[in-house]
Amino acid sequence: MTAELGLFALTLAFAVALVQSTFPIIGATKNYISWITLAGPTAITQFVLVALAFGCLTKLYITSDFSVLNVVQNSNTSMPLLYKVSGVWGNHEGSLLLWVLILALYGAAVALFGQNLPPALRARVLSVQAMIAIGFYLFILLTSNPFERVFPPPPDGRELNPLLQDPGLAFHPPMLYMGYVGFSMAFSFAIAALVEGRVDAAWARWVRPWTLAAWCFLTGGIVLGSWWAYYELGWGGWWFWDPVENASFMPWLAGTALLHSCTVVEKRDALKSWTILLAIITFSLSLLGTFLVRSGVLTSVHAFATDPERGVFILALLIVVIGGSLSLFAWRGPQLKTTGLFQPISREGALLFNNLCMTTATATVLLGTLYPLFVDAVGGDKVSVGPPFFNSVFIPLMIPMIFAMAIGPLLNWKRGDLFGALGRLKLVGISSLIVTGATWAWHNDGPVFATLALGLSAWLGLGTLVELAGRIKLFVPGAGSWARVCRLTRASWGMTLGHMGLAISIAGMAGAGGWTQESIQTMKPGDTIKLSGYDFTFKGVHQRKGANFTSAVGTFVVHKNGIYVTNLSAEKRNYPVGKMQTTEAAIHTTLGGDLYAVIGDHDGNDGAYVTRLYFNPLVVWMWIGAIVMVLGGVLSLSDRRYRIGAPRQSRHGHAKELEAKSMI
Amino acid sequence: MKRKNKRLTFVMIALIFVGSAVALVLTAFEENIVFFFSPTDLESKKTPTKQRFRLGGLVAKASVKKQGGGITQFQVIDATNSVLVRYKGILPDLFREGQGVVVEGRLNGSVFQADEVLAKHDENYMPPEVAEALKKSGQWQGINTTGSKAQ
Repeated sequence: MTAELGLFALTLAFAVALVQSTFPIIGATKNYISWITLAGPTAITQFVLVALAFGCLTKLYITSDFSVLNVVQNSNTSMPLLYKVSGVWGNHEGSLLLWVLILALYGAAVALFGQNLPPALRARVLSVQAMIAIGFYLFILLTSNPFERVFPPPPDGRELNPLLQDPGLAFHPPMLYMGYVGFSMAFSFAIAALVEGRVDAAWARWVRPWTLAAWCFLTGGIVLGSWWAYYELGWGGWWFWDPVENASFMPWLAGTALLHSCTVVEKRDALKSWTILLAIITFSLSLLGTFLVRSGVLTSVHAFATDPERGVFILALLIVVIGGSLSLFAWRGPQLKTTGLFQPISREGALLFNNLCMTTATATVLLGTLYPLFVDAVGGDKVSVGPPFFNSVFIPLMIPMIFAMAIGPLLNWKRGDLFGALGRLKLVGISSLIVTGATWAWHNDGPVFATLALGLSAWLGLGTLVELAGRIKLFVPGAGSWARVCRLTRASWGMTLGHMGLAISIAGMAGAGGWTQESIQTMKPGDTIKLSGYDFTFKGVHQRKGANFTSAVGTFVVHKNGIYVTNLSAEKRNYPVGKMQTTEAAIHTTLGGDLYAVIGDHDGNDGAYVTRLYFNPLVVWMWIGAIVMVLGGVLSLSDRRYRIGAPRQSRHGHAKELEAKSMI
Repeated sequence: MKRKNKRLTFVMIALIFVGSAVALVLTAFEENIVFFFSPTDLESKKTPTKQRFRLGGLVAKASVKKQGGGITQFQVIDATNSVLVRYKGILPDLFREGQGVVVEGRLNGSVFQADEVLAKHDENYMPPEVAEALKKSGQWQGINTTGSKAQ
């Protein structure tokens, strides 16, 4: 019964979405109050119904109901409970159900917490949300029903792909989806604004928290995925420029640009059409990401087995959403009241520069990701575009942006003093040159970019600190710095931490990208390999039995200059149900770098194994930096000005007040 | 600054930036595009000697040999031709004889020196290029690529 109840709830949710997508938006135009007020309750009802459907599927997984095909294919009675639950979204059908659940969750959040929105805008936003939802309901109901029964039910299931049976990956898809789908809010607000024909500071203030929330989740999701790839795939790598990774990275880049352009709309009432376009692009890239992952058109490390029929459906959905919204933009965009241009050297000028860098970078990543498809479509050769392309294009594009990131926050709104800002950064510049020089002197074997990146990391990190010190007047005697620290808005802490986090992450990327030491060999028990000053002694392999796997555990003892450092236990697991093997790398993390060991197959007699040892410098800085970035986002999200509603009537006065504030 | 000059400044900055991005992309494309070949392509087409490329096909049954020092050697085949591949390192968990595989590296004489063997998340997955190459050479046996309706 549970499966039927789930399917019934999902169908009902689809019906509710049909109502939600039409009546409120028409009501907002015709000014029918009763139609407008329909938006809230339908959004909440829709969420309750999808949550019920999702709950049903979860129950089927927990109780291992093997009369349902989806459960048979992705679950097994011997799996630990955590993976039974994460199995719900560890497959195509379930992940789509998660997608609509999150979409409905955002809709319900607007209905519940968006009380300060003008009712007409809220109605339009929720209608657009429902339109997106309809596309996905149709997709699920027509091509990917998670509740399909199977007869006769097999005695046991095929289990979740063992690579996905990992705590890091259990939460990676939900985080990523919270991010992807979160950008649908910015999209819905953009479409509603186009329909309404009005974008102003208040609009930007309503959009920004949703974009920020989505950005935090997406950042977390990407990093979780990267971390997982680092310790689970056993190649010591953390980013492969794989199409599916790019699929999540492009919305992140565009979303980051959107965050910054929203600030300009809010503070200076400029860049309006651009921000609308960016909102559309960001969500379109999220949809494109879904398409790339779900259709299997590109060869990818991550590509799941897929069905061409589904790919065609998502492609059609993509064309309708992107084509429709861009047409609407072309039609209505010019009607948005444009304000005058601003000075190039100013805070808003710097934010625009950020947008330029981010969107250009997004475009190059998009080009590299889709290029094999173009070539294939015109009947050319089969090609692939790999990391060398992306590294040689993306990194040079980021250099001017990171350079400007330290300067931008020091410029005033409206009219900035570039030479004054550079003057304040004199010491920072000298320090970063010293860092670059010292790195070069110490390790001139690494790539030039890595050396340069460490210098840039210092430039950005210290520059951010200088900005913070200036804001709290740290070096002005009697300025009451501590009181100023306490008075800083959370949004400004968000900026400081966001930039700081990036600086820390860049250091990590530079270290891991530039100076990784690798050694592949066959080792007999007792053999010792020297790598980056560490002695890895292989102690042999013993067998271990887990809940649903057996595993060969290879142990290494690591010494440095004769002093014991750590024990590393690398595993090679064998999952009998899925007939699959997985690699569990052994990692010992220090601030200076990770010791990383992997064992392969046994090689010859006398207990010899193929082993792969790495020293990955500064890797942990990447994760720390990412956490700091997300923390900044969360702090900024809790800023007071997003919680108290912007006054509806005195919008004009408010803009003036903002202007006054921004000039202080 | 006059309004017209201001606009010009923005346009110039954007043009310079986008222009250098395009230049970067074009040079990178020239140097870093990796072509895909099947063993038959290698026979019939002019083979790249220095460039990196991808080779895809099936891992021949009973061809995988460990050579010590972490080096593995195997044959990648399609219907008519085969190529000897040598790879130093740990093979991905889903590497198996009789399964589709994509390797990346350079041709060294008649031996393909691979530095990357692509792993897949899913044992039913067949890289699209391999599937097509196998279809072309008539070796397609309807390996189940959908996975979902397998029961």
